[in-house]
Amino acid sequence: MKKDMSLNKRRVVLEKFFHGVFLLAALIAVLSVALIIIFIFGKGLAPFFSGNEYGTYSFIDFITGLKWTPQSGEYGVGYMIVNSIFATFGAILVGVPIALFTAVFIAEIAPKWLAGIVRPAIELLAAIPSVLYGVFGFAVITPLVKQFSPYPTGDSLLAVIIVLTIMILPTIVAVVETAIRAVPKSYKEGSLALGASKIQTIFKVTLPAARSGILTGIILGVGRAIGETMAVILVAGNPESGIATTIFSRVRLLTTNIALEQGYAAKLHEQMLFSTAVVLFIFIMIINLVLAQIQKRGGDR
Amino acid sequence: MKPKFSVSDLNLFYGNFQALHQINIEIPSNQVTALIGPSGCGKSTFLRTLNRMNDLVDTAKITGNIQLDGENIYSDIDVMKLRTRVGMVFQKPNPFPMSIYDNIAYGPRCQGVKDKQRLNQIVEDSLRGAALWDEVKDRLNKSAMGLSGGQQQRLCIARAIAMEPEVILMDEPTSALDPIATKKVEELMEQLKKKYTIVIVTHSMQQAARISDKTAFFLMGELIEFDDTNKVFTNPQDKRTEDYITGRFG
Ligand SMILES: Nc1ncnc2c1ncn2[C@@H]1O[C@H](COP(=O)(O)OP(=O)(O)O)[C@@H](O)[C@H]1O
Ligand SMILES: [Mg+2]
Repeated sequence: MKKDMSLNKRRVVLEKFFHGVFLLAALIAVLSVALIIIFIFGKGLAPFFSGNEYGTYSFIDFITGLKWTPQSGEYGVGYMIVNSIFATFGAILVGVPIALFTAVFIAEIAPKWLAGIVRPAIELLAAIPSVLYGVFGFAVITPLVKQFSPYPTGDSLLAVIIVLTIMILPTIVAVVETAIRAVPKSYKEGSLALGASKIQTIFKVTLPAARSGILTGIILGVGRAIGETMAVILVAGNPESGIATTIFSRVRLLTTNIALEQGYAAKLHEQMLFSTAVVLFIFIMIINLVLAQIQKRGGDR
Repeated sequence: MKPKFSVSDLNLFYGNFQALHQINIEIPSNQVTALIGPSGCGKSTFLRTLNRMNDLVDTAKITGNIQLDGENIYSDIDVMKLRTRVGMVFQKPNPFPMSIYDNIAYGPRCQGVKDKQRLNQIVEDSLRGAALWDEVKDRLNKSAMGLSGGQQQRLCIARAIAMEPEVILMDEPTSALDPIATKKVEELMEQLKKKYTIVIVTHSMQQAARISDKTAFFLMGELIEFDDTNKVFTNPQDKRTEDYITGRFG
């Protein structure tokens, strides 16, 4: 009886202790996010208010500007916003169908031994540091694009889209494949027992049943595509101005703009890079919110 | 009467394990045939050879001959066509996660039926045929997952009926249901046997006695006895059948 009591007491203490640990962990996470936001917004929004120590800049000019030439004091990120949208959606448009088919192939169609080779290969792809994708793009993809391009270099929106597509494939495939394999066998059996073909079963029963997981995979892929910087820098060309008019145009994106110049920028120029970060932040927030809404609506019907 | 299925010298192996031994049986048309026997004796395995669901098991190998109306189901008939003629209801109700309407229309749509009128008719007829129409007619576009277990199982029966099959295979269709839902499904089977050949696996001997015309007793992958249900239950020819029925094992 006495022993029981002390055991109970220890459990209570332990319980409280872990409560504290969890709370602390959560607090650290929330605090970090808050700090980052305050810091970026604080520095990034300063140039748009009068009284900024390095001079003010018009927010409208900043958002809609099509030219980024710090040496002559022009800071427009409008064209980068559009290019970022082009690049992200291009990669999603190309990458998602390929990823879906690959995942279906591994999960449902490929013989076991082949799936056993392809699956780990794709998992490995997901773990490769992004700069290696950039090097690959730089060494292989841009020269390839150059063959078809009307312009003298292969650095282009197309090269960016290809590199991003290759990068997001493993992420989406891995998540979608898991989702497909989690679909109860009984659905598949029910469909086949009604005389449906394997393909009909996949498209009409299995994929819809895995819808929520598929959306999760796409969201992760989008996240990776938007945030990617290093790989993109190496194949984008990063011009000082210009919305992409063809897929062969050189492009500068929001992410690469920051990474390229942060190393030497000072004063207003440095602040404007933080402003770029604010735009990127809001851009990602909007896309996440939209995707979360889609998932809420489509995921659990 | 000509048999619906004639099975001769059927053997089935899962890898090296032989699950069915030299099965010979003729399953009559428009009657209810019950398959009974202790768990693991191969009832489900046998049932699933009749619509070739065992094809889904990589390790399963089959020898012997199964004919449906005189055609070899493993060589003369396309497997998808076979499954439209031989429907199946599973042990655990497995409606698709879609609306009640879409569940029923699923099979016909896969066969290329697009006409809205015709689909509406099929859905209504099938749900009536499964004694479910009155309960769901106001919520056809609601998800089938919201139905009770018994309703889900009748939905699965309706889904099978929608294909206008000749045979319906049922693998312990009431084992996941409560007694009231079980009674409803059993009453439904009474109705169905007028139109369809039914083969049902059941672990309940009372159920076999109540609803079937013929009973087959399986033991360790062998067909021990097959005869009129009356005879099997009142005057079994094999000692092992008698032991099982009187509850001495199983
Ligand atoms: N997919 C499978 N792979 C290997 N063995 C199986 C498989 N399915 C069933 N078996 C084995 O075959 C035997 C018969 O199983 P089953 O037909 O499910 O029996 P029942 O339906 O009479 O309970 C059992 O010994 C079972 O373990
Ligand atoms: Mg069974």
